[in-house]
Amino acid sequence: MHNFELVKPTTVEEAVAALQGDDAQPLSGGQTLIPTMKQRLAGSEQLVSLTGIASMQGVTISGSTITIGGATTHATVSAEVAATYPALSALAGRIGDPAVRNRGTIGGSVANNDPAACYPSAVLASGATVVTNSREIAADDFFQGMFATDLEEGEIITAVRFPVPEKASYQKFEQPASRFSLVGVFVAKFADGVRVAVTGAGEDGVFRWAEAEAALSANFSAAAVEALDLPSEALITDLHGTAEYRAHLIKVLTKRGVNEAV
Amino acid sequence: MPKDSGIGASSKRREDVRFLTGVGNYTDDINMHGQTYAYFLRSEVAHGKINNLDIADASAMPGVLKIFTADDLTAAGGVPCGWQVTDRFGNPMQEPKHPILAEGKVRHVGDPIACVVAETLEQARDAAEAIELDIEELEAVIDMKAALNDGATKVHDDLDNNLCYDWGFVEENRDAVDEAIKNAHHVTTLELTNNRLVPNPMEPRVAIGDYSRGKDEYTLYTTSQNPHVIRLLMGAFVLSIPEHKLRVVAPDVGGGFGSKIYHYAEEAMVTFASKVVNRPVKWTCSRSEAFVSDAHGRDHVTKIELAMDENHMFTAVRTETYANMGAYLSTFAPSIPTWLHGTLMAGNYKTPLVYVNVKAVFTNTVPVDAYRGAGRPEATYQLERVVDKAARELGVDPAELRRKNFIKPEEFPYQTPVAVVYDTGNYHATLDKGLEMVDYANFDKRVAESKARGKLRGLGIAHFIEACGIAPSNLVGQLGARAGLYESATVRVNATGGLVVMTGSHSHGQGHETSFAQVVADMIGIDENMVEIVHGDTNNAPMGMGTYGSRSIAVGGSAMVRATEKIIAKAKKVASHLLEASEGDIELKDGAFSVAGTDKSITWGEVCLAAYVPHNYPLEDLEPGLEETAFYDPSNFTYPSGAYICEVEVDEETGKVDILGFTAADDFGNVINPMIVEGQVHGGVAQGIGQAMLENTVYDENGQLLTGSYMDYAMPRAADVPNFSVDHSCVTPCTHNPLGVKGCGEAGAIGSPPAVVNAVIDALHRGGHTHVEHIDMPVSPARVWAAINNK
Amino acid sequence: MTKITMTVNGKSYSGEVEGRTLLVNFLRETLSLTGTHVGCDTSQCGACTVHVNGQNVKSCTMFAIEADGADVTTVEGIAAPDGTLSTVQQAFQDYHGLQCGFCTPGMIMTATKLLENNPKPTEHEVREYLEGNICRCTGYHNIVKAIMAASGQEVTPVAAAE
Repeated sequence: MHNFELVKPTTVEEAVAALQGDDAQPLSGGQTLIPTMKQRLAGSEQLVSLTGIASMQGVTISGSTITIGGATTHATVSAEVAATYPALSALAGRIGDPAVRNRGTIGGSVANNDPAACYPSAVLASGATVVTNSREIAADDFFQGMFATDLEEGEIITAVRFPVPEKASYQKFEQPASRFSLVGVFVAKFADGVRVAVTGAGEDGVFRWAEAEAALSANFSAAAVEALDLPSEALITDLHGTAEYRAHLIKVLTKRGVNEAV
Repeated sequence: MPKDSGIGASSKRREDVRFLTGVGNYTDDINMHGQTYAYFLRSEVAHGKINNLDIADASAMPGVLKIFTADDLTAAGGVPCGWQVTDRFGNPMQEPKHPILAEGKVRHVGDPIACVVAETLEQARDAAEAIELDIEELEAVIDMKAALNDGATKVHDDLDNNLCYDWGFVEENRDAVDEAIKNAHHVTTLELTNNRLVPNPMEPRVAIGDYSRGKDEYTLYTTSQNPHVIRLLMGAFVLSIPEHKLRVVAPDVGGGFGSKIYHYAEEAMVTFASKVVNRPVKWTCSRSEAFVSDAHGRDHVTKIELAMDENHMFTAVRTETYANMGAYLSTFAPSIPTWLHGTLMAGNYKTPLVYVNVKAVFTNTVPVDAYRGAGRPEATYQLERVVDKAARELGVDPAELRRKNFIKPEEFPYQTPVAVVYDTGNYHATLDKGLEMVDYANFDKRVAESKARGKLRGLGIAHFIEACGIAPSNLVGQLGARAGLYESATVRVNATGGLVVMTGSHSHGQGHETSFAQVVADMIGIDENMVEIVHGDTNNAPMGMGTYGSRSIAVGGSAMVRATEKIIAKAKKVASHLLEASEGDIELKDGAFSVAGTDKSITWGEVCLAAYVPHNYPLEDLEPGLEETAFYDPSNFTYPSGAYICEVEVDEETGKVDILGFTAADDFGNVINPMIVEGQVHGGVAQGIGQAMLENTVYDENGQLLTGSYMDYAMPRAADVPNFSVDHSCVTPCTHNPLGVKGCGEAGAIGSPPAVVNAVIDALHRGGHTHVEHIDMPVSPARVWAAINNK
Repeated sequence: MTKITMTVNGKSYSGEVEGRTLLVNFLRETLSLTGTHVGCDTSQCGACTVHVNGQNVKSCTMFAIEADGADVTTVEGIAAPDGTLSTVQQAFQDYHGLQCGFCTPGMIMTATKLLENNPKPTEHEVREYLEGNICRCTGYHNIVKAIMAASGQEVTPVAAAE
């Protein structure tokens, strides 16, 4: 890979300052960025490591709100929210593999917004809030298409704040090689309605399935989804599955999610 | 009572300790004084004309010692092909030149164009990026059938077309087979694809060239399954280095599965470059690079027809296969779809007439060559799928249809209609054993259990034959091999009684250091730890054809037995002198020589010492020392066979298939180390399951590889495979080698794919999806769902 | 170049590295600890797995500078100083959990960590935990068996001739 200078700030302010430089880029867990850099598909003069910033580490649970520091690893999230938000714990506990989960972070995953990543579906289905060094962004405003987010240049996700739903489930159908989602569906039932977010399938990345949300808000049962048909137009076709197959899986996984929600 | 040492014992592997503690010596672990690094600039297009290649600026980059292009290699030969196939009209195959670096054209994504040698790898990469390269992209030829159309773009301008050869076997049977099919009571037809695979040993390839100016000698350290073959091919055909000036070392090698048999351009390049820059040159392949530079495997498209009479006896088999060669002919590529495939098309059956037609095709893809099984998995897959389909069409039990058509135990040796003679076998025994292991009789109960859980259960049977230890040399020479297929061994006994066995077989996971020592120790009756196995260095073993085709124990092991027999014969002469008895009365048992019928005896060690300190020694009749070499050239292949049975559960809703059980009942002949043999079967079956369920190599229409990393090429992981039930208690020893062994390395990969696919089809039929006659591998959830739903 | 210091297998090492130097390169090239292997470039095969501050990580997907000050264990640090194999290592030999040996260091590091976290895993848990470690030789059967045996649970014995 191309060479760069790696700096390790210990506060958000230092990191933000470091990222003001020309051609600087944040480095969180690096589980996606480093392989990309090896292919020389990405690279900057300066990488700013976020994992040494104490205030971006860890999980705080307060009432029905979970706040996860942006540099918290998947392994930590999975362990810490197991009792409070089992669906989120299960999601974090199935990203990549154990070693990847010890490095990869929620902030990195959400900022990258890979169309097949797991976390965006949880953030969107939970109606979570993405907290940055300068503002708070609602999930519905945050994800803006494949690998695109509302983040400004140099803006850092310092935390993600999840309201805990009454029940939820994440159903992941794995792409057999990468173990990312071929399709992942996150169903979250709140007192004021149901949110369903789909990853792995949309040409524009993670999206909410509005019809399913409406149907499930009226009647939270698999039967409510049965009558729906998700059009396959804006879905991905690749060598692992057609858009039509993905549309079918979304429905199957939504039903399973409803049945298995805890 | 299980044996605890020698032949038949599950001796623990002595090589394990170094691997478990991180002190193995793989090629990439070798770093030489003054070492430089090579990086290859490779084509990013599948087919193109190089209009401009300017290395001037790049050559001036920091750290660059030299950038090589084809212009530097005008005196070198191309990468040679080791097998010439003759087509069905008697003409030699079309054989294009395979340059080390592209000469004016690139022919597949990954084709090397230039080689940068620099002080560091990153400097070499930086310089490669700075090379000015202008390639005019040409239309790529990817689909095999389209490649044979009139007017199709040619992969090689100097060839007539993209057809490497059109091979027929047995050509004289062509009309008779046609007639038999025309007159058959029933014909079952199946069209199928044997998916292209990337072998993916976990150690990527590495090559280090080291030239000694003082001695004008070259050393190549390389990740090879057969260092002697590399020395011969590279020395004689590519770089014109005489063998006595070229040493090839293949130290610990992290798996091969066929992909490390071949001589690769990178090996020649670093060897050549090391003299030019007068420094050692190291090249380490990245995994991404391996996907576009290691030879691939399989990639056949076949139509097979099976004819039967009214009693369901097979009367003829006819196949038409398109076999992808890729852009160039890799070392053994032409032999795979022909002599390693056509000769197996009788399977375990008494089918009297077989005709196999193979059209080998050049395309703008990575070269295709042997991958674990090499031709035999392709043959087995076709046959065992079509037999399964026939049973369904006829409404008979697939096990029964097989049993009925099997060659009977009393009919061996059996001359097949496809040239080979099976020496021994008992297919009824292995099939019965396999069915017993899976409790075939109660399968319907398990189907009902699955149904209660909303799943479709299926069971698939496959019974395979393979031909291992390809031989004899004079025959393979007639068939087009440009090398012999013997093996050699030197047994060196030291004065204090320990032995070093130098073998031309190469171990890269097979555990030869343990199992070979078991054989020699057993023959002499000494502790296994007194025997050291040395391999992987052309400066040690006299000559070697290496390890592939499940040949090591059958051919390399036999050479070692012959050399050890010579040692014992000479040692007995020494013992007879020391014991003052006639040579015929000397017996060797448990490491001691004794005189029959007396209590006179002398130890192995005393005889060895006498041979090297020959004070009391028959010097007038016998040379001192105790070292012998043998070459062994088998008189026939060996023919392992077995029954493989897979049980699956299908989720109709998603198409996902779970493998619930996999059973293998093999006849490997005699077994040296059962633990190692079972491990070989486990690994082979996992690769077969990988082919059947997960792995696929996909090019788009422009020749871009869509599955160029583990992000898209699905390697089997621990949770993808079940525990395996394996058995090798059905034994019909090979009749023509001294150990009675048959070989076990490839069996797992040969027998398993059809068992898996048969199981999936069975499940779908039991679930009422009777319109699904076939699903091509890999049987992915998407494909199963599409098949169920007629998508 | 940046100077870093880390403890590897109980010994302190210092070295100069570039920003881009991966931990695995530092281990293999600077410290000559070549037991840690590189089998892919997409962070999937797991041959490069080491422990950093008590956690298993892929050393090919971490910069050496990120391990500055860390306590690192590699496969060379698993056996006892006198060479006695660890329980996991011994089980891999006893149950033939390795063939070519290339993935083995990663398997040993992963299995060791699994049993620290979960001393009596089920076979299913073992297989799931190995998701990030690819073996092409063994079909995983004997790796799983070795780990189960190392956890003190009963497994079927290795094959033996009659």
